[in-house]
Amino acid sequence: MTTSHCDDSTTFPISVEGLCHKYEDRIALTNVSFTVGSGELFGIVGPNGGGKTTTFKILTTLLRPTGGRASVWGLDVVGQRDQVRHLIGVVFQSPALDIKLTVRENLLHHGHLYGLAGRDLKARIDGCLDRLSLTDRSRDLVEKLSGGLRRRVELAKALMSRPQVLLMDEPTAGLDPGARDAFWNLINRMRTETGMTVVHTTHHLEEAELCDRIAAFDRGQLVGLDSPAKLRAEIAGEVVTLRGSDLSAIDEHLRQKLGAATQLAGDCVRVLTSDGHAFAAKAREVLGGILDSISIARPSLADVFRQRSGHDFAGESEGLEAKE
Amino acid sequence: MNSLAAAPELAPVAPQTAVPPASPELTHPRPWLVVGTLLQREFVRFIRQRHRVFGALGQPLIFLILFGAGLHGSFRNPLVATEHTYFEYFFPGTLILILLFTAIFATISIIEDRREGFLQSVLVAPAPRWTIALGKMLGTGSLAVSQVILFMIIAPLVGIPFDLLGWAGAVAVMAVIALALTGLGFMLAWSMDSAQGYHAIMNVALIPMWLLSGAFFPASGATGWMRAIMLGNPLTYGTAAVRHMLYLNNPAMTAGLPSLAVSLAVTTLFAAAAFAGAVWITGVHFKKHQ
Repeated sequence: MTTSHCDDSTTFPISVEGLCHKYEDRIALTNVSFTVGSGELFGIVGPNGGGKTTTFKILTTLLRPTGGRASVWGLDVVGQRDQVRHLIGVVFQSPALDIKLTVRENLLHHGHLYGLAGRDLKARIDGCLDRLSLTDRSRDLVEKLSGGLRRRVELAKALMSRPQVLLMDEPTAGLDPGARDAFWNLINRMRTETGMTVVHTTHHLEEAELCDRIAAFDRGQLVGLDSPAKLRAEIAGEVVTLRGSDLSAIDEHLRQKLGAATQLAGDCVRVLTSDGHAFAAKAREVLGGILDSISIARPSLADVFRQRSGHDFAGESEGLEAKE
Repeated sequence: MNSLAAAPELAPVAPQTAVPPASPELTHPRPWLVVGTLLQREFVRFIRQRHRVFGALGQPLIFLILFGAGLHGSFRNPLVATEHTYFEYFFPGTLILILLFTAIFATISIIEDRREGFLQSVLVAPAPRWTIALGKMLGTGSLAVSQVILFMIIAPLVGIPFDLLGWAGAVAVMAVIALALTGLGFMLAWSMDSAQGYHAIMNVALIPMWLLSGAFFPASGATGWMRAIMLGNPLTYGTAAVRHMLYLNNPAMTAGLPSLAVSLAVTTLFAAAAFAGAVWITGVHFKKHQ
């Protein structure tokens, strides 16, 4: 079913075919296949322990998969990893800056790693600093910068080699919402200017919504692959969310008296129904005083995930280690 | 659960909006540029973390003073006829200890650096793996040698006379020892997940390796099995080579030690093996470590 991808894999910035990975004690990825189109903003989405970071490590040539194949512009991430490294820019989840060095020194060393030197390197550093509004901080030690600024330096570093594909692992982890918005605005500006493809992992569904397409992971398997809008459209109807002090009573009443297929989440009961308003009216009658609040909404990515994986997106995949 | 199995089939192929890049602007990796940049980084970091100078020079100095004074009366080198103090005997050992501490402090940072630091970017850059090991070894090696040169200023105070040729030879030998110890530290740090593990190895392997290198007491006076261990320790030959160099004009002081030629050969092999091991371990990491 995935063989059709093989022949033209050279035309994709990222192509993943039947990817599997097993760590010594557990399976991290099972038969994952997807492609990323040129210029796309592509999200690898899932709860912690879902397989995102393993996929990221394989795509960035840091980990050899135990099965399947992944390529960047047709170049194999294992067999041709040196060439792949020329094409990718990488932003890690944990900081990859030397905090004892200044912003400019970090960029200088990074440029040397890519064989850049002299006037060309200086011009690239100046260009990156300028585009990311870091010029006036270039002489500051990184340890003196705020989290948001450090992320910008990481981005400057990744962009210096003018990568075809930018790969980022949870790039906004630890940033406040304001800094997060600023980061994505910056990424979008860079995409418009350079046309590069951007692939990132995230466990924030708001960030997934910003993507052209997403691959949703759960327990090492791909459970969804499409644009956020199309994924949401797959779920017909509306989601009714009910809250009250005794959730199990609410759940039981809805099941027995209305025959509803309920989902008991941590702090609410959810029901997927074709007519949310009609259901809400009936629920009010049945539940009376034990109901505190009721809301009706279009299905979200969280609902899509729940439908496809059989459990909540929030938190960790049960039974798996939280951290990869 | 059906949706799980069906998911790959639902997978739409990515839109082909653009042709692949005609010829990506390939930068040419320049290995020596990488080695140079990593070496320079070691120096800049060291200068900006002044406490490391105290760690690497202070403790050996304290050891020299304490042991020198403490063992002053009870020490007698069994094979050397000439009278000399423990200060004088222990001084070359202190030089080796400076090399060891500098190598340890510089390589222990690899553990953090590789998971949450600058080394992450080095690992995804198109630079050959050997450049990482060599950059670290040369950077740390030069730092260690600079400190040792500083420390040698006090050598005449303990009774080792200045001799240009001998001292230059000693510095050259110590440069090779520094490379060997850094390479060894690199291998250890790379295979560790935590600094605690490294500390454990340091206490049970690296410090004893120094203690049993003839730095602290001569092999000639030790009991049989201990002498065998000491002769199997590659660092013994490094310490011996340094002593040979410092007493170039006074061979009586190095009686009972392995010959200069053997000492130089083993020390060079030690450094080469440590470098090979350091390069090797960066490859193992890719294969199976997560």
